[in-house]
Amino acid sequence: MTATFTPKTVYVTYIAATLEKVWQALTSTEFTRKYFWERGVEIEPKRGGAFVLRLPDGRVNVQGKVVEYDPPRKLSVTWHVEWPEDFRKLPECLVTYEIAPAGEAVRLTMTESHSWEVPDAILSGGKLGWPAVLSGLKSLLETGKVPAIAMEPPQEMIQAIRRLK
Amino acid sequence: MSKPVFVYVVYIASTPEKVFKALTDTDATAKFWFGNAVTSDWKVGSPVTFHREGKLIVSGKVLEHDAPRRLSYTFQSHHEPHNGTEKPSRVVMDLEQQRDQVKLTVTHDDFAPDSKVFSSISNGWPLVLSSLKSYLEANRVLYAPWYEEQAKREVEKAAS
Repeated sequence: MTATFTPKTVYVTYIAATLEKVWQALTSTEFTRKYFWERGVEIEPKRGGAFVLRLPDGRVNVQGKVVEYDPPRKLSVTWHVEWPEDFRKLPECLVTYEIAPAGEAVRLTMTESHSWEVPDAILSGGKLGWPAVLSGLKSLLETGKVPAIAMEPPQEMIQAIRRLK
Repeated sequence: MSKPVFVYVVYIASTPEKVFKALTDTDATAKFWFGNAVTSDWKVGSPVTFHREGKLIVSGKVLEHDAPRRLSYTFQSHHEPHNGTEKPSRVVMDLEQQRDQVKLTVTHDDFAPDSKVFSSISNGWPLVLSSLKSYLEANRVLYAPWYEEQAKREVEKAAS
């Protein structure tokens, strides 16, 4: 990895669970399907390994490489969107999860970092999506139930991607 | 430099009425907000206070009360180390029903130049709103680790 990534979107949530449970929720295929709009994560458990977020029909939604793999504290992956097709133009970003003890709960911090002058319109996708994804993860770990949060990319993001060269 | 704005979104499996009540009720806030109990008659212009163990933590005035969609008040921190020295900022809470969820958006802005309160609230809101979600969904609350650390320091200080 040669590019320098700058944090642009940070989301913090506190969850009544153990570090290990939160790590498992982030890295297991079966678990992510329950809260990540049915997408399953596939991770080769080592630095440099492959990372895939797969749609329920088998197509690849996002792929990248594992940059840091330190269970149950830190996972960092590069993130290149493969579907929808228009989104392939986007340079890859870096998604980092940090899990830390916080009293009787754990603090999960998601940081989305970018290597280019990314317009706010494109950041709007993550700013809309991450709170929904991580609210779902928290509900699942604390109640066993998964909320049905409707979501699609914001129009301003879709338009901004169409304008990219 | 643009003025700092803190925005936090959380989805809660509940109704707007229940979320709105939790945010405005003395007993509910005392439970999920680590002992910080809110008091107000919620009329526009009326005072809003948060007390914890008898100490004033936050004071403000009601700007908007449109149950169960929107709540807004000014926010002056009396918490250490701010102690009410910084001018009040503004909190806006927007509630929106989405399927079986409430999308709650907290926007906190209008800070003093070089605000020190901004960094405190940026750490505080994610825990407060995570605890609110746990309270409404799982009937449990989360604790503020910094209060525990503070309590530990006080015990150590008393012992030395």
